[in-house]
Amino acid sequence: MSRPTGPPTNGTFLGMPAVPPRSPYGTGHLRGTRKFPEAARDELGNEQLRRNLGRATRTIRGKRLDATGELPDWERLRDAGAAIKSDTMNRLPELLEQLERKVTEHGGTVHWARDGVEANEIVARLVKDTGSDEVLKVKSMATQEIGLNEHLESEGITAYETDLAELIVQLAGDQPSHILVPAIHRNRDEIREIFLREIPGVDPGLDTVPAHLAAAARAYLREKFMTARVAVSGANFGIAETGTLSVVESEGNGRMCLTLPETLITVMGIEKVLPRFADLEVFLQLLPRSSTGERMNPYTSMWTGVTPGDGPQDFHLVLLDNGRTAALADRVGREALNCIRCSACLNVCPVYERTGGHAYGSVYPGPIGAVLTPQLAGMHGTDHDPNSSLPYASSLCGACFDACPVKIDIPSLLVELRHQHTEESGTTAEALAMKAAAAVMKRPKLFTAAQRTAGLGRVLAGRSGTFSRLPAPFSGWSDSRDTPAPPAQSFRSWLASAEGAATMRAAAAEGARHPDDDAPEGS
Amino acid sequence: MTATARETVLRRVRDALALSDHPEVEVPRAYRTGRSLPDEERLALFTDRLVDYRARVHTGPSDRTAALIAEVLQEHGAQRVGVPTGLDPAWLTAFDGEVLTDSPDIPAPALDALDGVVTSSAVSCAETGTIFLDGGAADQGRRALTLVPDLHVCVVDLSSVEAGVPEAVARLRPTRPLTLISGPSATSDIELERVEGVHGPRTLEVVIRTDA
Ligand code: SF4
Repeated sequence: MSRPTGPPTNGTFLGMPAVPPRSPYGTGHLRGTRKFPEAARDELGNEQLRRNLGRATRTIRGKRLDATGELPDWERLRDAGAAIKSDTMNRLPELLEQLERKVTEHGGTVHWARDGVEANEIVARLVKDTGSDEVLKVKSMATQEIGLNEHLESEGITAYETDLAELIVQLAGDQPSHILVPAIHRNRDEIREIFLREIPGVDPGLDTVPAHLAAAARAYLREKFMTARVAVSGANFGIAETGTLSVVESEGNGRMCLTLPETLITVMGIEKVLPRFADLEVFLQLLPRSSTGERMNPYTSMWTGVTPGDGPQDFHLVLLDNGRTAALADRVGREALNCIRCSACLNVCPVYERTGGHAYGSVYPGPIGAVLTPQLAGMHGTDHDPNSSLPYASSLCGACFDACPVKIDIPSLLVELRHQHTEESGTTAEALAMKAAAAVMKRPKLFTAAQRTAGLGRVLAGRSGTFSRLPAPFSGWSDSRDTPAPPAQSFRSWLASAEGAATMRAAAAEGARHPDDDAPEGS
Repeated sequence: MTATARETVLRRVRDALALSDHPEVEVPRAYRTGRSLPDEERLALFTDRLVDYRARVHTGPSDRTAALIAEVLQEHGAQRVGVPTGLDPAWLTAFDGEVLTDSPDIPAPALDALDGVVTSSAVSCAETGTIFLDGGAADQGRRALTLVPDLHVCVVDLSSVEAGVPEAVARLRPTRPLTLISGPSATSDIELERVEGVHGPRTLEVVIRTDA
């Protein structure tokens, strides 16, 4: 038999590799139907939403600062976390193979999925093999990303979300709006109404006390936990060295799903692998403190394959690509794969705080979503892809970078994505940036916040290092002069100085004389 | 022949790495490890953290263990409690209710009928107030046992309490089923107001044995 002469379809890399495919257009939840500025404008009109969000993110921000400030070695933990993740990405092929080997050795079965369609099919088939037509779900970004619940439904399988917030979202026929607290956009009155409407046999006298609402959810799910035969989870970490999977949670619904059913199916993005068990010593400190501002979350479960006499006796791990290799191929963009989904960047983001998560159109909202979503699912280089507007959904203030426990430089990644997009589309970054930023920032009250956080200069200065034209409301001012851009690193401190503040005030005053520039797209 | 999903994903990962330069990374591990604190300090720190999570703490020498456990169970009006197979029977001698020994074939709904459960623990972390349960150890039992009943009385030997997370993680046996507990079950999903007790035990009582 002669050796094939065409390009290799598998196996070893023999020539110039092709860019690995992104996740397919139109499957799962990585793309909204409207561009960010348009969606954001509607959300901005929702006073209730802004009040809820403002209060919620302020609370978590405060707690996070207390929790991280308490550790004298916080910055060193961040350094270690970032380096472990980068090292992981470098060694991904060997680590994934090691993880597969270890899980298999301990009695689990490993499946690989090129994209969400394939992952959905695998999970549906595994569920059908058990003869069950329902599954319990542990909150998982990966299964939301691929639209697993919808696929199972189309196959006649009912999926029950068991995390309280996910349950609220599911019962309301809604979409999550935050990575960690998906129902952050709902208040207690709305939740009471959803429960009264959707939970069979709920006490009609149910009031709005959060403890009573939680008790209603407990009663509703209790019986399901006791009788369920199959559960589907995600994983926060998968340890290559030992084959150990881990889920971090608060309520105990995770423990229920990971322990009581006969079959457990875990869907994990390939980037969630960690080299060594000991690496948990870093991430078990970084994750809870960054996400909920707790020293430790109430429950963390770890399991390795199957254990006779304890927990599910049939365990399946589905390793998911779905655009991750495309992100990995991009030298700059791959950093976003280091994300541990703590949501700290959402809670500090002035744009997220005003628009909420739905405006991003993806299961990954906020700063990390604005980077990760276009990387996983592409921007397709046209004006009509809502994802192409996401890199502009930021003021580049840098707060997300400061908050990120694994030091992902989200502002720089956004700038890079803007460059990639404008190179393809021919539109100026300035024009596009303003459509997004102006929608959020132009109102007088919000301007103060913008001034506090404005890092607009950093992207607009672009590669030449000077501002050719500042966005509204600064544009009237910058139109008539070339403003030297302060170095990226010191921009925020410059802004915080008396000189910076005075400059911005002057810019605003002059900009205000050019009201046309204030008009956001389409108004 | 078409490539399997496994081959394709692994090839894409290799291609992606070949497309981008990826300098080798040295992981700086300058964070705190190998800490040790005197007994009183670890006890004080651990207790403070547990109370902060609204767990209740009872401290005493090992000859008081049975009395403390009985007091706690009585306080909650617990009549029937479950224990893992390997729990020291001496710990329940002062309790006058019914004690049922767990086994893998007891179904979850039967555990639901228990008033509470008493177990030992493997390791704890003082700085975070975290108790690590080793599901493979006979005195801690399978995971369902510490999950389904509404009251968990957990016994911790002070000698098993480490100062920080790295010291505690180092003492674990990785391939055992492990559960890390920091306070009772809780949620903050409704307007970020903390509510104790959703699906896991709503009450966590910790008995610390100061001389063990
Ligand atoms: S990007 Fe960083 S801060 Fe944002 S969710 Fe991911 S890990 Fe957390």
